[in-house]
Amino acid sequence: MIRLQDIKKINDYEWEIPQSFRKDMRVSVRLFVTRRLLEDALDDQSLEQAINAATLPGVMQPVVVMPDMHQGYGFPIGGVAATRLTDGVVSPGAIGYDINCGVRLLGSQIELEAVEHVLSDLANALNRHCPSGVGVAGNYHLTEAELDQVCRLGARWALKKGLATAEDLLRTEEGGSLDGADPAKVSPQAKKRGLNQLGTLGAGNHFIEVDVVDQVYDAQAAQAMGLREGMLALQIHCGSRGFGHQICTDYVQDLQSAVHRYGIKLPDRELVCAPLDSPEGRDYLAAMRSAANYAFCNRQLLAHAARQAFEGTLAGVVKNWQLSQVYDIAHNMGKIETHVVDGKKVKVCVHRKGATRAFGPGSLELPEVYRSIGQPVLVPGSMGTASWVLVGTAESMTRSWGSSCHGAGRVMSRSQAKREIRGDRLRSELEADGIHIRAGSLPGLAEEAPRAYKDVDEVVETVHAAGIARKVARLRPVIVIKG
Amino acid sequence: MGSGYEEIQHTADWALHVWAQDLTGLMQQAALGMNALMGVRLTPNGRLEHTFKVAAGDAESLLVAFLNAVVYEMELDSVGFDTFELKLDGLQLQARLEGAPLLELQKNIKAVTFHNLEIRSLDCGLETTIVFDV
Repeated sequence: MIRLQDIKKINDYEWEIPQSFRKDMRVSVRLFVTRRLLEDALDDQSLEQAINAATLPGVMQPVVVMPDMHQGYGFPIGGVAATRLTDGVVSPGAIGYDINCGVRLLGSQIELEAVEHVLSDLANALNRHCPSGVGVAGNYHLTEAELDQVCRLGARWALKKGLATAEDLLRTEEGGSLDGADPAKVSPQAKKRGLNQLGTLGAGNHFIEVDVVDQVYDAQAAQAMGLREGMLALQIHCGSRGFGHQICTDYVQDLQSAVHRYGIKLPDRELVCAPLDSPEGRDYLAAMRSAANYAFCNRQLLAHAARQAFEGTLAGVVKNWQLSQVYDIAHNMGKIETHVVDGKKVKVCVHRKGATRAFGPGSLELPEVYRSIGQPVLVPGSMGTASWVLVGTAESMTRSWGSSCHGAGRVMSRSQAKREIRGDRLRSELEADGIHIRAGSLPGLAEEAPRAYKDVDEVVETVHAAGIARKVARLRPVIVIKG
Repeated sequence: MGSGYEEIQHTADWALHVWAQDLTGLMQQAALGMNALMGVRLTPNGRLEHTFKVAAGDAESLLVAFLNAVVYEMELDSVGFDTFELKLDGLQLQARLEGAPLLELQKNIKAVTFHNLEIRSLDCGLETTIVFDV
């Protein structure tokens, strides 16, 4: 068990678990936390899991952990690990089951004051247009050939169908379509699960939220993003649904034998992996990219449905009800990226699980509009609390593998939340605060109560003060749709 | 020692402690525990039966493969199961599940994980702790 005295303080927002802490660690673990958040993290297994991640073959210095960290399975939520392309591995468990779970943010020129009287109708319309909940099928019933196209094209599939704009894709990580996806590497079981789930939100911590831009901290960046104080914005948080879950399940199972073949010793079987330059590693990456593209397309279709809900409710109420894409970014993903290490360019596979890419200004991967300010980083809160829009910085490129936090981070178990919080009471409290809630399940709502999460403001202040992201705007929820 | 399951605290996901006299019993209890976590309620009519086979290289992998197969069958057909008839031949499992269409499923499981998974032998049986991604 790791103790506070085993962890070296670098400054108020940065701590280190040295490589010498455990014999099998190949690199150190860098923690972007305050002392208080660090003390909280000692209560669960997140640090132990970060130490385990530091044992992966080919892992580069350091493994990074964000302030919203919490215990996951195998790899901590809020963790980032980069492995060398030449002799490193790819680990499906270090990316997660919900491949390309992520967040999309759309801005608007709709003043809250002008539509406050129809917010309840808007909540109903969003709930009606955006299928959500456990086991709920979507409006798109794909053939297997169509699913294969979605795997290859991602959000470009939606563009071809007239369900996206070129601007949407431009303002999506990787243009909403990762190269190298190969549906032939996806199992028939995963494909069966994927046929009817496209365009659905799912349940759990996934949501659609209408927010008001509460405060702008960086006027230039907010302007580039189309965010103005007092105007509405829309967030969509979801991933690759059962399709991605099954792909990860299949490869975690299959790679159990691969680690023996390659003589890889791991402290936890959930970290199972294969060399990046091996048939097994390449197959997983091709399948993972298929799921990632499915998720980009999924969020695109939900955005299209949300636009229909906005038009249906707000046409005639305001002159301009359009929603314009700000950005769409993954927080569960494995990406091949080039980073500068000790003055040299190195190709690595960056595993981000519950961590957001946060590329700084000048990154060629960013669309022109964001190249001078840095990549938008979307940090959703927890229903009743704020969400944040940040930008990546030059420092995130050198200190955190171009990464930042992804949310508030859980602090209370789901069973404890259900014991301590009543869903109906929570809904009443949130509605008394002016938040319109539409939830498929009251126990599910209780599990996701704001009290079950860390203080998102503290998480954001930490990455801002550490310099790995910079505050742009704070959002306040007015409508929450949960499955 | 009998057999059974109990939920263990986990910050973000679900964890189950399961015990039984043998591997077959352990799998049955794990499946029942999974039902309890998900809040499975079946319709009174429309009884149905699903069969499948899974094989793996060790007991832990077999347990995970079996539970993931149950998750898959449930999601694909919107059904649930209350009877798990399992036959083991070495590390090959033949499963016959009885159930009905779902009346309610409070929460679904994304996947059954290998996180710190170890089936431990006790004087009078087996026990393990399973973490589920939700």
